[in-house]
Amino acid sequence: MTGNQALFEYLLHRGDNALILAQRLGEWCGHAHQLESDIALTNVALDQMGQARMLLTEAGRVEAKGRSEDDLAFFRVEREFRNALLVEVDNGDFARTITRQFLFDIFQFHTLKALRQSENEFLVGFATKSLKEVTYHRTLSTDWMKRLGDGTALSHDKMQDAINVLWEYTPELFDITEGDAVLTKAGIIPDMEAIKLAWNEEVRSVIAEATLEIPNTLGYEARGGRIGHHTEHMGYILAEMQYLPRTMPEAKW
Amino acid sequence: MATAVHISSVYEWLEEIHDPEIPVLSLLDLGVIRKVEILADNKLEITITPTYSGCPAMDTMEREIRERLTAEGFEVSVLTSISPAWTTDWMTENGKKKLEAYGIAPPAESTTDKSFLTGHAKIIRCPQCKSTHTDMISHFGSTACKSLYKCTDCLEVFDYFKCI
Repeated sequence: MTGNQALFEYLLHRGDNALILAQRLGEWCGHAHQLESDIALTNVALDQMGQARMLLTEAGRVEAKGRSEDDLAFFRVEREFRNALLVEVDNGDFARTITRQFLFDIFQFHTLKALRQSENEFLVGFATKSLKEVTYHRTLSTDWMKRLGDGTALSHDKMQDAINVLWEYTPELFDITEGDAVLTKAGIIPDMEAIKLAWNEEVRSVIAEATLEIPNTLGYEARGGRIGHHTEHMGYILAEMQYLPRTMPEAKW
Repeated sequence: MATAVHISSVYEWLEEIHDPEIPVLSLLDLGVIRKVEILADNKLEITITPTYSGCPAMDTMEREIRERLTAEGFEVSVLTSISPAWTTDWMTENGKKKLEAYGIAPPAESTTDKSFLTGHAKIIRCPQCKSTHTDMISHFGSTACKSLYKCTDCLEVFDYFKCI
């Protein structure tokens, strides 16, 4: 695999993470338990959408086959998406959405921090910009983890249920593909082992403070996103997201 | 023959273009115009940067810059750059005053302040009664760049332009 192909795949992976999470969070618009949460979730969605646009545009540029951000978002099929499975898990209740967000925010925060030292100029600019936004996301989801985990008996149980469902999706976040290894060696992307350590330390400390527990998943780990093997949710997400441009490919704002 | 344009005239025209979401601020007040270049007598190149990466107002800003300068007879190209990343430190002092008069509390400190880096609570002044007794209601407000606060003295709810 050439360095260019590896970089294209990595940009797609990161871009798809942001795109699919934005789509999931957007489903909350008009449905959250209070106006402030509704606005917060959709604001986070907007930031993720901004990240997705930058990453997919750059992916198209690196690929050099003339594909735009829209081509990549709307005209790829499920098997061509490279996002981690965690971001496509259904929203469930607010507890599950905020827990999914927390697990992902901490991952994104530490990855972006490290990407600021990349040898790739685009990734440095992208990471510096996005880190400012993700710092706010991380504060929001961390606050909710503690408030609901260490809240009432009911909120505690709902948060524990959420962690029990989501935990098995987290190891995939740190997977390294053959292409990633090439990029890591070239100093373009950070060493995921270091990110995993930082993530583990922070996530475990917040979960403990929230009086919650890490479940025993009996070694079961859900993965497949990096090679296009997605959960049963993915088709529905794409059907909704891609319907309009596929029906009317020439449609413009 | 066209008269050579002076860069200060370009800035005067740009000063007339306002943020579509916070119309009290010009694009110059906001600090999103990063570079103005006169490429030839009738050719300008303007570089802008988004406040937030998903800022939905970017297309409108770009169109308005193009329209305003085209009206002066220029051929205009507008470039978007994400690096260096926009920071509230680039907002002008005049812009901050205008924000407060408009009812939005301006960014409370420089992003290089220690309180920003360590995440300690900052004191946000109510733009209505100027009281410093205020509480945050929500990290996220009506647009990506704002948080929602309320004043515990005059009880008004207000937007705060958060530091990034």
